[in-house]
Amino acid sequence: MLHGSGVGRGAAIGPVVRVAPAPVAPEREEAPADPAEAAERTVAAFDAVAAGLRRQAETSEGPAVAVLQATAQMAQDRALRKQTVARIEGGEPPVAALDAVVGGFVDMFTKAGGMLAERVTDLRSVRDRVAAELLGVPAPGVPELTGPSVIVAEDLAPADTAALDLRHVVAIVTELGGTTSHTAIIAAQRAIPCVVGVAGALDLAEGTVVAVDAAAGTVEVDPSEDVAHGFAERDRVARTLAEDTSPGRTADGVPVALLANIGTAADAARAGAGSAVEGVGLFRTEVLFLDRATAPTREEQAEVYAEVLRSFAGRKVVVRTLDAGADKPLAFATQPDEENPALGVRGYRLVRTVPELLDTQLAALADAQAATGEHPWVMAPMVSTPVEARDFAAAARRHGLTTVGVMVEVPAAALRAEAILAEVDFVSMGTNDLAQYVMATDRLRGELSDLLDRWQPAVLDLVAATARAGAAAGKPAGVCGESAADPVMAVVLAGLGVTSLSMSAGAVPLVRYALAQHTAAQAADVALAALAASSAPEAYAAACRALRPEVATVLGL
Amino acid sequence: MPTRTVAVASRSGLHARPASIFTQAAADSGVDVTIATDGDDAVDAASILLVMSLGVPHGQEVTLSADGPDADRVLDELAALLATDLDEEP
Repeated sequence: MLHGSGVGRGAAIGPVVRVAPAPVAPEREEAPADPAEAAERTVAAFDAVAAGLRRQAETSEGPAVAVLQATAQMAQDRALRKQTVARIEGGEPPVAALDAVVGGFVDMFTKAGGMLAERVTDLRSVRDRVAAELLGVPAPGVPELTGPSVIVAEDLAPADTAALDLRHVVAIVTELGGTTSHTAIIAAQRAIPCVVGVAGALDLAEGTVVAVDAAAGTVEVDPSEDVAHGFAERDRVARTLAEDTSPGRTADGVPVALLANIGTAADAARAGAGSAVEGVGLFRTEVLFLDRATAPTREEQAEVYAEVLRSFAGRKVVVRTLDAGADKPLAFATQPDEENPALGVRGYRLVRTVPELLDTQLAALADAQAATGEHPWVMAPMVSTPVEARDFAAAARRHGLTTVGVMVEVPAAALRAEAILAEVDFVSMGTNDLAQYVMATDRLRGELSDLLDRWQPAVLDLVAATARAGAAAGKPAGVCGESAADPVMAVVLAGLGVTSLSMSAGAVPLVRYALAQHTAAQAADVALAALAASSAPEAYAAACRALRPEVATVLGL
Repeated sequence: MPTRTVAVASRSGLHARPASIFTQAAADSGVDVTIATDGDDAVDAASILLVMSLGVPHGQEVTLSADGPDADRVLDELAALLATDLDEEP
């Protein structure tokens, strides 16, 4: 039995499919005994990679063909080969020589920016394939899935998840990463059971049948029939709860809107079907911008925004403007040389370097509003000061957008929430980034995930302060981080006075159930119990003890 | 050494598809051709990585050089290629 941090509450059984990581140069790669032979072997590796890519291009369709052909041409590049061979003939170990030469081109391309910078991914992919060939390890990347699969990887880059055929993915297990990593967010969004930070995951052999339990945070090899029965029973209870589509409220009728987090028009179509959610609390527009050489045009954006608004006609849709930077770099916006991107020019701060991005986005949103007659809410990410909030609100209103808010994810914004709410119509707390910044802990460092725990009392304090400011101003203060998806935390948030909870659609049924079982006063007591604790595990335990006992039983606590 | 100086006609400059077509033609010619922009060192015209790193925009002049019996013929062909808008689908 392997242990890690679970994402969501789902469980599934299936065979392991491994995603091979990019091969690294061995720490003590030996200088070749026969440099001429090593150089020849390297040229053969380049040839094999180029031939493989061409074969792949021949059997592919659509835009993938051009990408594969261009990558094949890089693998054949004379300068790349000559420089690598020259270093090996000079006595350098092959993979180290390859890394040095590719590194030189990567630096040059990154500095040049624009169209060249976007070729860096292709260049790296050539490097990874040639290195794998030289080291005799499997080619990196995502294999083609033919049936139900449990994906096992060190960690998944956004590019890997984009290449995954999620229809066949029944569960995801990663050796690294925390519950707020990219992989975890995608898994939660698609309601795929996921366990991250699993020590020993990479030792699972291809094809081994494993039982992945996100609620327990476990991965069991060769599970018994009983485990399969238990999973089926949980699935049945979850389905029963999912049939309830009443609006979110406490037992005594205080409304707490239950909203969905989405990234694409397809997500919107899925989440908007039926009436399980009351709207969208977070539309992550950056998904539209990822893997692009240039920003999508105003027309293209307006079309996607209109499609999302139509999926939720008559319901609330909160659109977040571009949140690029840090772990979501964009070819046309990211500063390549930032040493500390999480603290750099990201989110709303891009208005300092590429103001036209925001302007185009707001114009496109106004176009979508005009085309559909729906009035989206709009908010900016990574706002730190009331002045930034005022500037953003003015820009949005200039475009004719009427309900304007900002994210509270920088501690400074939570501390000055009252002043910020004087400038805007609502705030939405991004608890993942709020935790990262108040705990001074990188979201991508799995080994520090205890510090990023959503139950850290300091994070709860900032949420409480922001919710109080919202109540005082009579303006909505919601939560759109993954905190909202945890049914126990949802009760705490409602008790703190949070007015809406936005989460992956799959998490809504249990949250709706947990809220409906507590009065507002009972929820406030649960919140007080959590706030009184001195550590994250204690806060969680205290909140669980304060829940109504029947709820704890249904949640399996 | 024979040389040709020509302005790049492709709308996106010497990037992506135009760079790919040009370097492929240079490699297929069997002659060692170099390409240089004003003031920069000449690079191997058959290397897509080096040619792209020149960052030549639309309309900028580049100089091609080569040696040997076939040099003039190959340079004429490659210069004609650069003077064509290679962003157009054939």
